[in-house]
Parts: sequence; C-alpha cells; structure tokens
Amino acid sequence: MTEKFQGTDNYIATEDLRIAVNAALTLERPLLIKGEPGTGKTVLAEEVSKALDMELITWHIKSTTKAQQGLYEYDAITRLRDSQLGDERVKDVKNYINKGKLWEAFDQDKRVVLLIDEIDKADIEFPNDLLQELDRMEFYVYETGETIKAAQRPLVIITSNNEKELPDAFLRRCFFHYISFPDAATMSQIINVHYPDIKDRLVKSALNSFYEVRDVPGLKKKPSTSELLDWLKLLMNEDIDPETLREQDAGKMIPPLHGALIKNEQDVHLFERLAFLARRERN
Amino acid sequence: MFVNFFHELKSANVPVSLREYLSLLEALDHEVIDNNVEEFYYLSKTALVKDERNLDKFDQVFGHVFKGLESLGDGDIAEIPEDWLQTLTEKFLTEEEKAEIEKLGGWDKIMEELKKRLEEQEGRHEGGNKWIGTGGTSPFGSDGYNPEGVRIGQDKNKNFKAVKVWDKREYKNLDDSVELGTRNIKVALRRLRQFARDGEADMLDLDDTIKSTANAGYLDIKMIAERRNKVKVLVFFDIGGSMDPHIRLCEELFSAARSEFKNMEYFYFHNCLYEGVWKDNMRRHTEKMDTWDVLHTYGSDYKVIFVGDASMSPYEVTYEGGSVEHWNEEPGALWLKRVTDIYESAVWLNPLGERYWEHTASLQIIKQLFNDRMYPLTLEGLDGAMRELSRS
Repeated sequence: MTEKFQGTDNYIATEDLRIAVNAALTLERPLLIKGEPGTGKTVLAEEVSKALDMELITWHIKSTTKAQQGLYEYDAITRLRDSQLGDERVKDVKNYINKGKLWEAFDQDKRVVLLIDEIDKADIEFPNDLLQELDRMEFYVYETGETIKAAQRPLVIITSNNEKELPDAFLRRCFFHYISFPDAATMSQIINVHYPDIKDRLVKSALNSFYEVRDVPGLKKKPSTSELLDWLKLLMNEDIDPETLREQDAGKMIPPLHGALIKNEQDVHLFERLAFLARRERN
Repeated sequence: MFVNFFHELKSANVPVSLREYLSLLEALDHEVIDNNVEEFYYLSKTALVKDERNLDKFDQVFGHVFKGLESLGDGDIAEIPEDWLQTLTEKFLTEEEKAEIEKLGGWDKIMEELKKRLEEQEGRHEGGNKWIGTGGTSPFGSDGYNPEGVRIGQDKNKNFKAVKVWDKREYKNLDDSVELGTRNIKVALRRLRQFARDGEADMLDLDDTIKSTANAGYLDIKMIAERRNKVKVLVFFDIGGSMDPHIRLCEELFSAARSEFKNMEYFYFHNCLYEGVWKDNMRRHTEKMDTWDVLHTYGSDYKVIFVGDASMSPYEVTYEGGSVEHWNEEPGALWLKRVTDIYESAVWLNPLGERYWEHTASLQIIKQLFNDRMYPLTLEGLDGAMRELSRS
C-alpha cells in the first residue's frame, strides 16, 4: 500500500488532517479542504507532494474558468487560420487539442498530486461539470473520439474559501476537512518550524498580543497564521524587544508594526478607538 | 456496523448519504486508521461531514451515540467500545502499567470507582458506563497512556473535557452562521438567478461561428446577446423606530442586493405599508410616492422582498387610522394583501430572531398575510427565502 502522510519538517499537520489526507490517499477520493484564509490550505498540497515524493500539478481556478478547460481545449481559431494558409498540420485534429491540467495529471505514469485551488471562485455549476471526471477519472474527447483514462488515479486536493456552496452530489464524493484555527500550542510549533532561532520570549509575547488582536470583537478580518508569520518576521528584522510588546498589553492596545496583522482601515480605526477608551479609563 | 450512528446523524439533520457511509466502511476496511477512538472520530468526521456548519452537530451526535445512552439500546455498537477498550489496554499498556492498575484494585475496580464518581456529578454525565471510562483514562491522542487520567474526582469536568475531542465542540461558532457578511449575503442572493439572452447581439458566438463556417466554407461570423441575470426585484425596507438595532444588517443586505441584482428597485416604509412610500429618508415627508403608483409601475413578474421586524401594535396593521405617524384611510393589512395579490412571489425577511416571533401579535398577523413566507434574516433564512422566490 502507499505510504502514509505524516506532516513534514515545514508543515505541522494536526492528527485529524493527517487522517483525512490518508483516507483520501487510500480510497483514491478527492479531498476537499476548507478553512479561514491563511491557514495553509494551498500549502498542504505542496507539502503532501513533497512528503510523498509525488509531482504536484496545480490548477488555479478563476471566476472565468470552465470545467472543460481542465480537460482539453480545441483550438479552432488556429486551425481555421492554418487551413487558410494551407498548412499540413491542419489535416490532423489532434494538433489542435491542447491538454488541460486534468489530462496532464491523468497522463503521468507515476501517481501525482492534483491541486484544484479555490474551486469556489468558479461558477456555481463548475463542480457539477467535473463530477464524472473526478469520480471515474476518465473523460471522452469528442474531436478525436478517444477516451482518456488515468493511468494512476491522482490524489486530488481541492481548496475552497467558502464563497459559494458546493453541490451535494460533489460533496458526497469527497472527503472533507476543515482547517480550524490553530490553538496557541500548535501555533508556537508552527512558528518554530518557520523561524527556528526566534527568541522564545518574543514568541510568547507576540502570540499573546496576536490572540488578543484576534479576540477583539467586531474585526472585519481576523489576522491568520500567515499574517502572524509575516509579522514575526518583521519583528525579528526590526529587532523589537519582547518588553516593548508586553508594554502594549497594558496600555496602548495597538501592537507595533500592526500593518502586517490588520489589513483593513476600518479595523485600524476600531483599534484606535479601543486604545483611546482604554487610556481614558486609566486616567 | 455503526448503523445507529448513521441514523442518529440523519435524524440530527446532518446530511449524510449511503455513499458517505459506505466510504467510511471502506476506509475502515482499508485500515486507514488504527483501532483508536480518536482516530475513528477523525475519520468518520472527514468521511461524513461535508460542511463546517455541520461539524458541531456531528460532535454532539458522536458524543451522544458513543457515550452509550439509553436511546442506543442493546445494538451492536454498544459492543464495540468493549472491544476497543480491550485493544486499547493491550496496545498501550506496558506490563508495569498493568501492574500499577492491579495495585489500585484492578481494572474493574477502577471502572466501578469511576462510575460512582460520575454519578455524583450532575447532568450530562449521568448515564455513565464503561465507555465513559475509556474517555477518562485515555488521553491517547497526544500523550499516550496516562495512569493519572483516571483520577477524575480531583478536577472533574476539566479533565473530562480535555480528553474527548468531540466534547470540546470546537466548531460551535460555525454552527448556523448567524453572522452575515456582505459576501455571504451575495452568495445566498445568487440563488435567485434567471439567466436569459436579451438585447443587442454584440458578442461573438464562437461555437456557432465555427459551425456555420464549416458548413458554408467561408468565414461566417455569428453574434449573440450577452447572458444576463434577468430577475427583477422590488424591496421594501422598514426604517426607523424598532428597526434601529438592525441597521447594520439591513445595510449589508442592501449593498449586497444592489450589486447582485441589476434590476432592483427599493422603497422605504415605517412599521407597516400604507398608502405612501419614499426613496429618500431625508425627505420622507415631502417626497412620498403613492403606493398605488409603485404597484402599477412594477409588473407582476417582479419578486418582492419586505425587510422589517413586523413588530408594532396590532392596530397598526388591522385598523384604519392605526398608524403612529399619520391618519391612514385604509388598514395596513389591506395594503399588504394588495401586494401579495399582485406579486406571486413575495417574502418577508425578519431581522428579529425566530424564537421571538410567536410573542408578537402583529408579526403573526403579517406572517399569515404572507402565507407563512416569513424568513429570519440569517444565512439559512435568506437561503430559504431565495429558494422560495426562485420557485415560481
């Protein structure tokens, strides 16, 4: 049987996530990943491919992406032009069929990881159009009359930001995992992985103010893991003293370099108001 | 196996299907997990739950089913914990630890003690049996076997909660999403789409062009009209007074609807619909529009949405002269009835929590006038309302 995914040196996978990945791997079903933005949904696919030594094929979805583009596209315009020029290539329709990401993944001799990134960006009907293809891992090319079947069923990882609901029929065929926001313990593990030589005290005070920021009611966009990591990097660059961070807790509320954590001017205003109130109370 | 669990999930309204259940069994068959309760919890979660809104419900059902309450009966699931208990002991306990348990009076003794203590506790731990015992003694997920785990008596609930992941109910916040953001509202509103090609043919229809070019033997360009959302929406917002606490929610709904529906018209009213409505709150007394004009202007193919808390004195709905602001010649109920008569699809969205509804007489009257088509202004309610509107 295939080996199991255990997380990597660069990626902390919680136990439930490991089991979800392994279930998808063993049963050859797609794995749907949801979660707050910035909790490492896309990175997961990269790390799985690294850990299991499988090639990664990424299909980024945009609002204009059609399901057919993942299979193949028939380039009629070029063929039309070639026919006017009397090009020899025009006689074989195969020359004008461009393979999509799904076809590419089906074509590999070795098992690959296929990442369908941000599936919710596409039209509501998009997942339905891929049902059969993902289920049977095969599709039919009308222009040439051939059926393309996956040599090795790829591990399909699908991420969604929840902008649209996915159809039930599609969901039934997937395993599902919701990456919940990591607790403080997991978070310091994650930080250790990314910045091994960061001072413990800095991490502690930084985490404190980070979770305080997250707990402020009414924030439009709560800062997430990737923002925390960016912020820590800044703190290290600026060589901020842990003491300064702790001072913030008592009085000013707004942590230094908060631009990395809070990305919405309404939220910054909210913070300034709260800080003002806190100061007034103390006086 | 686990048929009970499956049915419990179904009756708790977690949308599970046979297909998902079979894939869970298949995964068990392929030994994706070791025989470990927590891993089983994770596996069944990933296989059966497909929406984070249902995770909390799932946690509750899992806790309930595998706690072995009376409702479970003597089904085969009740047997499984026993097996697992055995496996777990054999798997994780070293000889030393087994000896330690012996010293404390043996496994049975410990379990008995545990049970006694559980009964002393109140409420939800009442139906204690061996299954709970497993929970108490096994913080396996992170630390491995812990002989101290059994000493629940010292700090009761805390210790328990630390052990069983599903009892933590981490996903509680995600349940039912009371919080609405513009983005979420837009997604819900998107259900109401009627696509049609209409207007100027100003887009190249590639497929048709290719087909007719192939047929004709020369380049034959075909044009087509753009596909647009054809749905027409007429929204009435209740404004002022008891609606003030809901302003933010209404603003969000308004801006989402504005960008989602190209053909949207909106009007304001106060408490109940009477003979006049207005478009600008600053000049509401000078620039009132006759409601009849509105009803005559917009055809019956418009979808009508009322947004309001429908909370007022019942007289304001049922009697002429009942309005708090002016003398109304005809009762509000008559005006509402005119609207529902003209517009086949009409709904009322209420920002007030559903549990308060039955206490307000005026709300009940209006709900009846709308043939029960009143929905709470939550994601779920909005979803239901859009489904209702797109039916006809």
